[in-house]
Amino acid sequence: MATSYGRIIKDGLWDSNGVFAMLLGMCPTMAMTTSATNGLGMGLATAVVMAASNLLVAMFRGYITQEVRIPVYILIVAAMVTLVDLTMNAWMHELYKVLGLFIPLIVSNCLPLARLEAFAAKEPVIPSLLDGIFMGIGFTLSLTVIGACREIVGSGTLFADAHLLLGPAFSFMETRVFPQGTGVLLAILPPGGFLAAGLLLVCKRMIDVASGKEIQMAGAHSV
Amino acid sequence: MKPSWIHALILGVFCLGFGVVLAYTNYFTKDEVKLRAVEDMQNSLSQVIPPGIHDNSPVKDAIVMTNDEGKEIKVYRATKDGKVTGVAYEIVGNGYGGEVHLMLGVDTEGKVLGVRATAHKETPGLGDKIDAAKTDWITKFTGLSLGNPIKDKWKVKKDGGQFDQFSGATITPRGVVGAIRKGLEFFAEHKAQMVEIH
Repeated sequence: MATSYGRIIKDGLWDSNGVFAMLLGMCPTMAMTTSATNGLGMGLATAVVMAASNLLVAMFRGYITQEVRIPVYILIVAAMVTLVDLTMNAWMHELYKVLGLFIPLIVSNCLPLARLEAFAAKEPVIPSLLDGIFMGIGFTLSLTVIGACREIVGSGTLFADAHLLLGPAFSFMETRVFPQGTGVLLAILPPGGFLAAGLLLVCKRMIDVASGKEIQMAGAHSV
Repeated sequence: MKPSWIHALILGVFCLGFGVVLAYTNYFTKDEVKLRAVEDMQNSLSQVIPPGIHDNSPVKDAIVMTNDEGKEIKVYRATKDGKVTGVAYEIVGNGYGGEVHLMLGVDTEGKVLGVRATAHKETPGLGDKIDAAKTDWITKFTGLSLGNPIKDKWKVKKDGGQFDQFSGATITPRGVVGAIRKGLEFFAEHKAQMVEIH
């Protein structure tokens, strides 16, 4: 079963988007999107883990038997997360201080596991790697957009503290949209996460409907 | 149908393989990780102990003491010409979202050299104003001591004291003020032990 590269990219970024089509990985999505920078960082860390674990499962897929595949997948995801955690703590410490608390959360994200089961277990190495990368980028974009909406409404800023995540060169991204103290606090509290994600989900569905696509819960059946 | 030991073997091999990979990663990163932890501690210490009052490295000159709750804490000491000029230690207050960890620096007279929140889970936009990065509220404790203000005024304004609470958030500043007062009392009780040179 061969999947075209164009299809993989489109699936990851839009059609089967982890957050807005499959509704997977809601825990980090709600917890980490209090600002665009946080969402971006969490998304990138997840993307690295997804690409690596997709690659590994595709490489070993001939050896993993049906009966033990789930424990092996969990083992691989957990090992990749620990690897990223230790490496970032040692050599990317500034970034680790921002994201460190949330890296272990990736293990509890069911999106990587879903892609291993639904894609990497059946497909060759290169398409699997691509799927991991683009599902990861799709996840990153979703979290960044939700984070941006919550941050603008809640704190009146956009990409605050981006220099902590991306380095001083990116401090130009930090903008103040509304004057200080005018934010609607609800947006950065937990209910704001549900509201923002729900409203954005509606937007995506409306775009899909307008472009004549059939509404379906893509991918959810295969998990 | 494969015999079940095959599955056990496969799972076992994967566990062993990734176990080895993680053990090696841990081996290669553990020194760096330790170094980073010391640097972090140094950073937070340098914010509560002014650099001018010591010629040692307080992070390396720590004694272990037991606080009033029976927990062991590290007391970092600043010394100049062999004399202790100040100490810093972690204090814990009860905030709205759980414990608020603070680093408190005190000079030998019992005056606050500086205090900073190091870890907390207070509400963004409300309780997190205790962060020096957000507002300068926490810097107003510098120079205060147990007698200044008097004990009855070591409270937030709402409780009849002299410290501002935040609009919409009283619990966090109340916890922080209480923790600092208790931290100073701890110093007053154990001063001899804390400033003595071994």
